[in-house]
Amino acid sequence: MCLLPKQVAIWRRKCKLHPIYSITLTRLKEFIRRPEAVFWVYFFPILMVLVLGIAFRNQTQEVFPVDVIEGPHAAQMKQHLVQSAQINATIIDRESSRKRLRTGKTTLAISARDPADQRSIDYLLDPQRPGALQVRNLVDDRLQTAFGRTDAFTATQTEFDEPGGTFVDFLVPGLLGIGLMGGGMWGVGFAIVDMRIRKLLKRYMATPMRRSDFLISMLISRLVFMVPQVLLLIAFSYFLFDYRVYGSLLAVTVLVFVGAMEFAAIGLVVGSRAQTLETASGLMNLVMLPMWTLCGAFFSYERFPEFFHPVIRLLPLTPIIDSLRGVMMEGESLLQQWPEMLVMVAWTVIPFTVAMVIFRWRD
Amino acid sequence: MPATVSSDPIARTGSPAIKCEGLIKTYPGKPPVEAVRGISFEVQQGECYGVLGPNGAGKTTTIEILEGLLDATSGSAEVLGMRWGSNDASIQHRIGVSLQETRLSDRLTVGEIVSLFRSFYAKGITPEEALRRTSLTEKKNAWFKTLSGGQKQRLAVATALVGDPDLIFLDEPTTGLDPGSRRELWDIVKSFGAAGKTVLLTTHYMEEAEQLCDRVAIFDAGKIICEGPPRELIRALGSEHVVEFSTDRPIEQSVIDQLNKIPSVDQVSSTQADCRMSIGQPHIVLPELIRQLTDQNYGLTELATRSASLEDVFVAKTGRHLAEEV
Ligand SMILES: Nc1ncnc2c1ncn2[C@@H]1O[C@H](COP(=O)(O)OP(=O)(O)OP(=O)(O)O)[C@@H](O)[C@H]1O
Ligand SMILES: [Mg+2]
Repeated sequence: MCLLPKQVAIWRRKCKLHPIYSITLTRLKEFIRRPEAVFWVYFFPILMVLVLGIAFRNQTQEVFPVDVIEGPHAAQMKQHLVQSAQINATIIDRESSRKRLRTGKTTLAISARDPADQRSIDYLLDPQRPGALQVRNLVDDRLQTAFGRTDAFTATQTEFDEPGGTFVDFLVPGLLGIGLMGGGMWGVGFAIVDMRIRKLLKRYMATPMRRSDFLISMLISRLVFMVPQVLLLIAFSYFLFDYRVYGSLLAVTVLVFVGAMEFAAIGLVVGSRAQTLETASGLMNLVMLPMWTLCGAFFSYERFPEFFHPVIRLLPLTPIIDSLRGVMMEGESLLQQWPEMLVMVAWTVIPFTVAMVIFRWRD
Repeated sequence: MPATVSSDPIARTGSPAIKCEGLIKTYPGKPPVEAVRGISFEVQQGECYGVLGPNGAGKTTTIEILEGLLDATSGSAEVLGMRWGSNDASIQHRIGVSLQETRLSDRLTVGEIVSLFRSFYAKGITPEEALRRTSLTEKKNAWFKTLSGGQKQRLAVATALVGDPDLIFLDEPTTGLDPGSRRELWDIVKSFGAAGKTVLLTTHYMEEAEQLCDRVAIFDAGKIICEGPPRELIRALGSEHVVEFSTDRPIEQSVIDQLNKIPSVDQVSSTQADCRMSIGQPHIVLPELIRQLTDQNYGLTELATRSASLEDVFVAKTGRHLAEEV
């Protein structure tokens, strides 16, 4: 764009602004003049990475609290346990310990069933609780050795510390997916309902503006908003947590584009008929809330029963997150993401077609 | 552009700018609302046509059918010699619209909004010119949300005229404005007329219709109850003046009957202590009125004479006041 201002002026006078250009430009201006929207779209995801990244950072060495129930052998057992740097043993009465177990302050309580036999050890734990079994094994190892078990061999341990496997690596693609979904819902669906309520859509329909120009502009402005969204999130994660993208950036770009189109199409359906803000936000929540939890943005959907996995994989948010993780975390190629891409394309074409049929342009 | 001119139906035939026949619009629902119940009228090119009527009369429904924003249940509408449904864009390029209620974007400037609308039209005036014509040049860089009610209305009109239309629809352009802003808008509308444009406007204010419109149609309950140039409609009442007075106690029916017998009085109606007479010649009626009231020992608390207005036409036809809420 190295046209001289004078030439630009002549060009503008001759072939007035194209509607696509002018609608897109006004959408962008409206957006950046709304600081709260900019915050939610651009800085909220960064805040999420920051908070969750710190909360779930890989700890160098965890120390587990273990309760030793009062009794004749308690002191001795504690003695055995404190030799391990990973165990923090406390002697405590049975009642208090139960309470601590219930509230998650400890994950394991040990006692002797028979006061006369110090080897009659009982582990009290809730195996469902994360980490409980790990602590049990740790304690068991410690006590078995203390009571005379000899190891068959002594293994060495080498620490693996290449970046890639941290929670942040898992989280960034999830947040990108969530951002694309929110962008489509708010930036297309809600924006259209808002225009309809303000009778602005109707006003446009009284001009020769082409409906396709309007839709294309909504899409382009979506794509433009998205670029800083993606770049900021990746850049901040890089600076804060030494985050790396393993796969090709081109593949990431293609996936993000496909995901943005997908959610723009879904946003279009959501906004195609609603005439009140209540209906619009109801519909948006109906779409977004289940996917926030189900689609593996913050924790893997592998935790849900196997039976549900195929269904979860067909939801619109799952394929974008899964394929982004495939590329960004595991360095897979774009081609390997074809099943996910197929689902996303279906979620683009079908909602778009439906929206075009049911769309309320004039009222 | 000769090609455009030769395909221009108006240029060829001189047909009316708007022609509608037997328009009916029933909104579905329980029960269905018969908003427009058989409306027919024609607007000639260069005419300023006013649609006047109380709330819910069907003004917006009719104008939106003509703007191509609503489909009529039945009836036909022709705009600039064309019908909606086949080549809508060619009509839209030549009309300008201001809806009854549109909230433009709060955080766009006046100039940006007009440029946006300009970009939709193949031909038109520059955004600067549109702002000049609506006296908004100084507000060019102000956000929409900072504008006053009158400025917002003028901006709505600016977006309607930026495509340099032959026909302009204005739905209640002055409702809710103070008298000053209203007058500013009147000047804008008058300048359309001076430029030979056709205007269709709706309004609640009979004064506005009398000021601006070459012809008016008075709507009531989805029908046109009378149509014509404002002065003729008033003249057709027979009585060109109205006397309104109030007394210190309610007027008895016998007195009203007496007043009715005064020569040149056409109609007397009263509510409690307020009375209204439609008359021909004030100089005959007034002395007689005062004499009779004095004879009957009524004290006059208020007395006013004025020329009959469209309001009186409406009252004569429906027995109700036009602006009930005022
Ligand atoms: N979308 C709609 N659905 C159902 N009824 C409607 C709809 N729009 C208007 N109406 C009804 O149709 C009738 C005519 O409405 P319209 O808006 O045309 O009146 P109007 O003359 O413009 O009134 P106002 O002066 O208040 O603007 C009213 O009774 C209104 O309640
Ligand atoms: Mg109306």
